[in-house]
Amino acid sequence: MERHDVTLTVNGRTSTVSVEPRKLLVDVLREDLGLVGTHIGCEHGVCGTCTVLRDGESIRSCTTFAVQVDGAELRTVEGLASGSELHPLQDEFWDKQGLQCGFCTPGMLMRACEIVEQKPDVTREEVREGIASNLCRCTGYQFITDAVCAAAARMKAGSTETTGAQA
Amino acid sequence: MKPPPFHYAAPTSVAEAVALLGEHADDDARALAGGQSLVPLMNFRLAQPGYLIDLRRIEELTRIRTDGDVLSIGAMVRLSRAEHSPEVALGAPLLAEALGYVAHPPIRNSGTVGGSIAHADPAAELPAVALALDAELVVVGPQGARTIAAADFFVGPFTTAIGAGEILTEVRFPRRDGGQAFVEFARTHGNFALVGVASVIETDGDAVTRAAIALSGVAPVPVRAAAAERALTGTVPDDASIRAAVDAAVAGLSPSGDAHGSTETRTDIARSYLRRGIELALTRAQDRR
Repeated sequence: MERHDVTLTVNGRTSTVSVEPRKLLVDVLREDLGLVGTHIGCEHGVCGTCTVLRDGESIRSCTTFAVQVDGAELRTVEGLASGSELHPLQDEFWDKQGLQCGFCTPGMLMRACEIVEQKPDVTREEVREGIASNLCRCTGYQFITDAVCAAAARMKAGSTETTGAQA
Repeated sequence: MKPPPFHYAAPTSVAEAVALLGEHADDDARALAGGQSLVPLMNFRLAQPGYLIDLRRIEELTRIRTDGDVLSIGAMVRLSRAEHSPEVALGAPLLAEALGYVAHPPIRNSGTVGGSIAHADPAAELPAVALALDAELVVVGPQGARTIAAADFFVGPFTTAIGAGEILTEVRFPRRDGGQAFVEFARTHGNFALVGVASVIETDGDAVTRAAIALSGVAPVPVRAAAAERALTGTVPDDASIRAAVDAAVAGLSPSGDAHGSTETRTDIARSYLRRGIELALTRAQDRR
């Protein structure tokens, strides 16, 4: 079968992979680039667990062929922490118990990342509406919303101190 | 599941895309826009095109522009971009409002205006918007470009008047004065709609001079609520006349029922949402004056 060279910059690192056109972006991330943080859920764009950022915007990596994002800048959950220091979102998910079973977490974090970066003064209602694109089967939207709001407030304040995670 | 194998090309011009579509007709070649409907269908193997022609590199399909009283949106303009475009808010507020109901933001970040209209899902928002605004759909094929009126464009569920070898390149929305409103009932926001209502109502201050109302989710194609339009035009609407107009429109509907709602339920929702949509458009028409 024919293969195409696809160049992706993921979390600041550029690689070129040779893939079949039918290969989904989520599979290229997991299998070709070894970034298994992005999870595969429904594979038809409903659950949101495969959410990654393309040029700063959240997209479903299970309904995107890798060839469609040739040349794009991507961010995955692996790109959130800087070294051993967790991103405020990760830190607050930990602190507020927003993880629960953890399956939806990578997608939730990336979706939340877009929300707080686009709107630093996001309201609780907007967070709830914003994460409605991602399914949490633990019905844990309460703690996730708490975590995103707390992270947004911290990021807006420009605070770099961490709580909980390193306590 | 994973999609079946296919050949892939990403041409940089409409002419090249049309040529590829013709060359690979035997492979069931298809145009790929944002992929937010086609890729799930392929993941489920409900669609198995042998050749995909990705339109993403065609610069001319990503333009939004206003020529006089017409807002033109290139087929590859992403839904989220149109949703937040000041030009769209000004030229077609109905479209801008409806876009907020199309799936969720991550889907709108990839999905396109042209893709949504060409896919022609009977429950989708944009086909109803195109119908209510009397949009014109520009398609390009081996014989060149032609324009299809929205009223002639949607011929069945997931079926349009786009011919073999043709590609939808642009959607033209004529500017309408008056009030515009899109309302929708879905089980949860972002899900497929049970009923969507697109209303454009112009008044001379009191009386309705023109009404265009389209419904999605109640028939195999988006439909105009012609009876309601006729009943409203020329009248100074009040509670009773709006109710009469809505009843007249609903009398002509027989939405098919499924697990998400029976015929009766959908008809009842259509009645409520027609009323809401008309009232909101009327209020906005009055506010604009």
